[in-house]
Amino acid sequence: MKVKNNRAPKKKSQKKKNPEIMAVTWFFTLLLLSMSGYIIYYSATHKQELINNSYNGRQQMLLAQNRRGSIYSGDGQILAQTVEDGDGKEVREYPYGNLFSHVVGYAVNGKMGLESQCNYYLINSNAPLSQKASLEAKGEKYPGDNVYTTLDTNLQQVASTALGVYRGAIIVTEPQTGRILAMVSHPDFDPSTVAQEWDHYLQDTESGTLLNRVTQGQYPPGSTFKIITSLEYIREHPDTYQNYRYQCVGSIKWGEDRIQCYHGSVHGSVDFTKSFAKSCNTSYANIGLSLDRKEFGDTLNQLLFNQKLPVSFQHSVSNLVVDENTPDADMMQISIGQGAAGITPLQLNMITCAIANDGKLMKPYLVDSVKNSAGTITKEFKPSAYGELMTETEAAAMQTLMEAVVTEGTASRLKGLSYTAAGKTGSAEYGTVKGESHAWFTGYAPAENPQICVTIIIEGAGAGGDYAVPIAKRIFDAYLIEPQS
Amino acid sequence: MELYVSEFSKYVITLLITLYTYECFAVFRYDNEEARNGIYIRQNILMFAFHFCSFLVICFETGDFTYLFFYAFQQILLFTAIVLYRMMYPKANRLIVNNMCMLLSIGFVILTRLDMKKAVKQFIIVAGSLAIALLIPFLIEKMRFLKNLKWIYAAVGILALSVVLILGQTTYGSKLSYSIGGVTFQPSEFVKILFVFFVASALYESSGFLEVFTTAVVAAAHVIVLVISKDLGSALIFFVVYVLMVYVATKNLLYVLAGAGGGAVAAYLAFRVFRHVQVRVQAWKDPWSVIDSAGYQITQSLFAISSGGFFGLGLYKGTPESIPTVEADFIFSAIAEELGILFAVCLILICVSCFIMFMNISIRLNDKFYQLIAFGLGVIYIFQVFLTIGGGTKFIPLTGVTLPLISYGGSSVLTTLMMFAIVEGLYVLRQKEIEEQLRLKRRRRPDTPNGAGRRRPATERPVRADRQERSGRLARPSYDEDDDFIEDWNEPENEGEEFEGEE
Repeated sequence: MKVKNNRAPKKKSQKKKNPEIMAVTWFFTLLLLSMSGYIIYYSATHKQELINNSYNGRQQMLLAQNRRGSIYSGDGQILAQTVEDGDGKEVREYPYGNLFSHVVGYAVNGKMGLESQCNYYLINSNAPLSQKASLEAKGEKYPGDNVYTTLDTNLQQVASTALGVYRGAIIVTEPQTGRILAMVSHPDFDPSTVAQEWDHYLQDTESGTLLNRVTQGQYPPGSTFKIITSLEYIREHPDTYQNYRYQCVGSIKWGEDRIQCYHGSVHGSVDFTKSFAKSCNTSYANIGLSLDRKEFGDTLNQLLFNQKLPVSFQHSVSNLVVDENTPDADMMQISIGQGAAGITPLQLNMITCAIANDGKLMKPYLVDSVKNSAGTITKEFKPSAYGELMTETEAAAMQTLMEAVVTEGTASRLKGLSYTAAGKTGSAEYGTVKGESHAWFTGYAPAENPQICVTIIIEGAGAGGDYAVPIAKRIFDAYLIEPQS
Repeated sequence: MELYVSEFSKYVITLLITLYTYECFAVFRYDNEEARNGIYIRQNILMFAFHFCSFLVICFETGDFTYLFFYAFQQILLFTAIVLYRMMYPKANRLIVNNMCMLLSIGFVILTRLDMKKAVKQFIIVAGSLAIALLIPFLIEKMRFLKNLKWIYAAVGILALSVVLILGQTTYGSKLSYSIGGVTFQPSEFVKILFVFFVASALYESSGFLEVFTTAVVAAAHVIVLVISKDLGSALIFFVVYVLMVYVATKNLLYVLAGAGGGAVAAYLAFRVFRHVQVRVQAWKDPWSVIDSAGYQITQSLFAISSGGFFGLGLYKGTPESIPTVEADFIFSAIAEELGILFAVCLILICVSCFIMFMNISIRLNDKFYQLIAFGLGVIYIFQVFLTIGGGTKFIPLTGVTLPLISYGGSSVLTTLMMFAIVEGLYVLRQKEIEEQLRLKRRRRPDTPNGAGRRRPATERPVRADRQERSGRLARPSYDEDDDFIEDWNEPENEGEEFEGEE
């Protein structure tokens, strides 16, 4: 456009210019251009959200035109598909039954899980034109696009079997990519009969069958929270934290409040690493009292408390605010993961992943790609980094602590295996009855080059070291040993 | 076969409209209408190709090839309009004629798809309106007394609006129209033109405070009657065009600031006093919370816009009829859904190119009365485009006005065609004036070689410009003048290039 100006250099600007009209011309031109930009932006960014709105009749239109696509596991197994029953009626089939109930979800009654998250892809069809044409000629529906997930059927099976009849949740991820390999929540259900059983599930408020405990269950973190307390202590004493010493006599009294070690243990003289490895409550209550509460609050926010997690599926937000006004009694409870705080297994898994991945968090995700019926990729999801939850040095210190939990602490059942593991156990007391606790484990393996990261919670089972760690072992074995053998 | 046609045609239609839009701005590259001839012919070919292609899809999708008859009638009508304009007014600006016909054909296509009955009715009204519009440039030339009728414009305008207020029929809560002998009129459409003529005739000679004040009173009367009729969109159009015409007439930015301030206060009062204004604002801010009631239209419109993608779902492949009054206020959303976002944006750009051409014609007009008219009509046109598209896409609150030349509605299409024809008439008038001066000049100085006197000292210019302004017409026409005139059409070329870039 500059060229044009050169071609007509003799602009006589002083003549016949009407700056007022020019101003109005520019004003409206720019106004309409910005409106065009807005329309392009709005239509492109709201496409999926709007098609899923129940007031949008286009969803029904697409369903009438396309057959809902299938959902595949990472190893190519069908997790959900639409088939015709004897009467030629379409039914949604889930070949693995209850196994993937929460993560794959259901496509009826408001939808849940991947059926809801990927609804847009499943009901749209990018099938090749020639295929569409031949189906059109036969009066058949077009095949919807298929969703390829990151899920591993073997790990899912191992995790679910290991959890057994217990209520609880297990999530298995790849810390270096954020791919979610397994997501188990018990009690589970059969997605293919969920519509018939709907009223039953709604009435049964006690067991929360339809709740995905991995993403929406909020549990007291118990001793797993010591990861966060430790991180804060290391931040405040980066060079001297290893000089920490404490004499554990089994309980600590501060004013009216008393904190006890689990099952009345007395740990004696402990340093920082041993406090963590043995999960010494009294020592951590002591550490907690020494922390700068404002900075602790900042660290919590950095570790994704009080905000939406960087994931594209539904989840609960864990709320925990600590500031200058937090009283000592609360501080002691918070430091050992008791009190009011609740955390989702998903979030604890993300923090563990960040530690395993040298501080950098990869966003957890469930969908690798979307392909049309001919197998051509129409949408691909690549691993993406969220950012640093902690520095590399801090992560290295945390890794050392978590390795000590296995070598000399509460997760000794993971010691002496063909691979090395690291993690943290927890026994989160809940309710009013003393001694009832959820068993936690969050950790990763191999310690020197983390491949997978698991987070386990078993409701009301007891000590994490006794109940959750063996499940972690079975998952690590399944992933790290069995494929090679 | 049908599937291939509909899939393939989506891209063809988008390509055709994109090329057409490109030519809309490419026009500004060339110095004279001769050189632009190729562009205009290409535009006509692209337009007819689009029209034909769209009706082919309609036939395939419906399986009813009788639509081709309807197409043939439309084709003949538009072709006749183009040819007749060319014959009757060889000096006419063909970009305006082409854009007018292009927008009409888009309207025919989408209306045929939405509602065949309404499309036929619209076609008949367009045919009549085009016949009227064809005579307007001729009348403009003859009716030199138009600038003396200012109180007649005001009286007729306010009277017509008041009649609707008292006797009119209520449509969607607003009193917009009344019927005479079975024909329904929406007077606020026609009064727009009268209003522009009123303001132009009141301010062209002198625009001191007194004149501005008296016109402000009349303008306020128009706006108030419209607000009471609950025709907020029209009220806003009258208000904006009034303020901007005063700005151009007085060259005083303070009037715009005062207008904006007054407008803000008035808008706030309207918001506090009128329940239906509150409902509109609420439906704009968060339509999802009132999706069952006030937000229903706008959310359905947003569903439509977001479902089409760049190339659209294809004609008959979407469900635009789920939007209430889609054929009038929300026709843009139907276009975006079935013909695609790219098409919709090209449509906006075509409207912008019309507007820029109007503004350029306005700048070139020496007679201030005519200048104000061209300016005012241009502003009404583009502001109405902005209100209807912005309202339907949640860019601004919904005001319920039509998309000129495309929406269903006889009063709207007749008014818009008259507006286009008036501006065209002013252009023809100006072209004839220039030609006349050229001839005089040649006769007076037959020996002067072409281009002589081109490089006169710059000091001479302001004097000449002054004289021109006072006399209201060219005091001393020259070759130079003519060159400038044509050359200055280049001005918006930069803008044109930018638009293409944005696309």
